[in-house]
Amino acid sequence: MAKIYSKKALAIPTMKPKKETISFLLNYSKALSIIKGKTMSFEVMAN
Amino acid sequence: MADIQLPDALLVKNYVEGDENALTVLINRHQSKIFGFIYSKISDRDISNDIFQDTFIKVIKTLKSKSYNEEGKFLPWVMRIAHNLIIDHYRKNKKMPMFRETEEFSIFSIMSDDSLTIENKIIREQVEIDLKKLIEELPADQKEVLIMRMYQDMSFKEISEITGVSINTALGRMRYALMNIRKVIDKHQIILTN
Repeated sequence: MAKIYSKKALAIPTMKPKKETISFLLNYSKALSIIKGKTMSFEVMAN
Repeated sequence: MADIQLPDALLVKNYVEGDENALTVLINRHQSKIFGFIYSKISDRDISNDIFQDTFIKVIKTLKSKSYNEEGKFLPWVMRIAHNLIIDHYRKNKKMPMFRETEEFSIFSIMSDDSLTIENKIIREQVEIDLKKLIEELPADQKEVLIMRMYQDMSFKEISEITGVSINTALGRMRYALMNIRKVIDKHQIILTN
């Protein structure tokens, strides 16, 4: 019978950013709107 | 419910048109790869979180200002932003990577203690005691000059003034003192080492 030489890859824990970071980014995105003018753009943050 | 996976390009388009949920999907889809990439370069969870956050702030600003024009290459684009921020981080910190103690890595593997070990301290003390005994055996005039020079750190000018001899005589006494000590060491095969 053929031997299997390949080893099962060791489990690498998935690296994820903090939930708070994701939450901040989603809220930041919702609050931010960018108004583009002819030569410049303005960032508006909704409270 | 059918698990329909929308392509990145479509999600980006939807987000630019105002669909905030599209960003949630994009972040959830790529967070592991992007965060893992940052962590592999930084090795610090808190700083990696900061860089991840800054990366997506740039992504959000670029997309909202409708400046993004790389359709279909969303992940490589985000990775490039993260990569640039990692370089900025090292530039700001003067290229000094920070080391944190982990199970696999001990900070002491890159730090060394230059102070003497207990064993070396004992040897040093012993050498000093032996040397003092040798000095005691010297003729009084030579012993006097050697102690002033080596233990009291006086110049030959000062020694000559205090002992009332010329500088040359003081130098000569010092020379004979050293020669006599060497002679005794050789004769009795004394090993002074550390």
